[in-house]
Amino acid sequence: MQGKGTQLLIGTRKGGFMLKSDNTRRKWVLSKPILLGNIVHHMVLDPRDGKTIIMAARTGHLGPTIFRSFDHGKTWKEVEKPPAFRKAAEGEKGLVVDHVFWLTPGHASEKKVWYAGTSPQGLFRSEDSGMTWESVNGFNENPMRRKWTGGEQDQTPDGPKMHSILVDPRDPNHLYIGMSSGGVFESKDRGASWNPLNRGCAADFLPDPNVEFGHDPHCVRLHPQMPDRLYQQNHCGIYRMERGEGTWIRIGNAMPRKVGDIGFPLVLHPRNPNMVWVFPMDGTTVWPRTSPDGKPAVYRTSNAGKTWNRQNKGLPEKDALWTVKRQAMTADDRNPVGIYFGTTSGEIWGTRDEGESWRCIARHLPHIYSIEAAVTAS
Amino acid sequence: MTIFIPTPLRSYTAEKARVQANGATLAHLLQDMNSRYPGIRFRMIDEQGQIRPHIKIFVNQEQVRDLSIALTNSDDVLIVCALSGG
Repeated sequence: MQGKGTQLLIGTRKGGFMLKSDNTRRKWVLSKPILLGNIVHHMVLDPRDGKTIIMAARTGHLGPTIFRSFDHGKTWKEVEKPPAFRKAAEGEKGLVVDHVFWLTPGHASEKKVWYAGTSPQGLFRSEDSGMTWESVNGFNENPMRRKWTGGEQDQTPDGPKMHSILVDPRDPNHLYIGMSSGGVFESKDRGASWNPLNRGCAADFLPDPNVEFGHDPHCVRLHPQMPDRLYQQNHCGIYRMERGEGTWIRIGNAMPRKVGDIGFPLVLHPRNPNMVWVFPMDGTTVWPRTSPDGKPAVYRTSNAGKTWNRQNKGLPEKDALWTVKRQAMTADDRNPVGIYFGTTSGEIWGTRDEGESWRCIARHLPHIYSIEAAVTAS
Repeated sequence: MTIFIPTPLRSYTAEKARVQANGATLAHLLQDMNSRYPGIRFRMIDEQGQIRPHIKIFVNQEQVRDLSIALTNSDDVLIVCALSGG
């Protein structure tokens, strides 16, 4: 995208949008709504070809499906076989996909592979660029799935989620998933078997704080240049894990006490594994999960979480009770990096200097679920 | 037989409000509709064979919930997207 401006793919409760900048990232042009009225949870560009976009959508009435575009979002067509669980045997209660929540392009060497995470927690793989989707039975049919994901009372308010599907850039068989609830899990055999990866991570909402699974990661990230380092914004704080150590360290403890380390999104610098941005929200009392004290701010660490710096120049100084969801914050690959976040109240804010200053680049949108920068493989 | 299609599903039927399809049961009718209008069935019927929560199907003005109900060629089938707003 160097020299070509930045393109943001925006999923909202009422449709998809595209927001394109000029080369300076000062001027932004918003598209007409895409599939107006559809609930769009995620819209992702395929970094391997730079033109295919896959969108997870449903409506208030109709079941979940997936649309594809092969012309940079000009036209869209529904796929032949969206993700669906196995039909249950007689007398067995079967699972039903409520919505497709998360989309991840497969490994760079597997040009047509995509992964989808659903609500309730299910993992699906496409090997034909999203046209047909098959259950990853190593997870969906795993005898432990019910225990890993918990019962209905263990789920997040708008439905249990599988999210943060990560593919190790060194090995297409090495996958991570995040589940709310359930925790972080890892597979080394392309999804055939899974192991929990939650040691050191708090689960304050469970009687045993040292459980093996049942945690609530909100957003898990793996740095492509340092794939043995993971970060997560969890329900219970901000964490980092070095795989050699195997334990999550609460790097959110270095955040200011008055702000705390509760939030949904977490964004990595594309070239610096030590630099991370988060958007803290109020996790006190009844968990309003709005900007603490009505003063929105992004926090950035440049040293993998040892210290954090407040970045709020240009953001409202008071009376802004913003919520930013886990998929609604992203980075482009420019230099300096642009960071963008969207609020549930329909505004998009961006920085073109790595968080030093912010400005509103779109407003009056519907409730924003997701923003992805259209980053292409270099 | 004639099936009334609600607006959210007319992207499948080239915006037609009424279409023709055949089937000895409602399940067969939906299969036939899906062969004529690919993808339309899954938007109404989930993977466990249940009518989705905000979809209602009426046969001769009687709401039906069982896909095995028998149909005749003279039946009118009405598909409605029930209340789901906000």
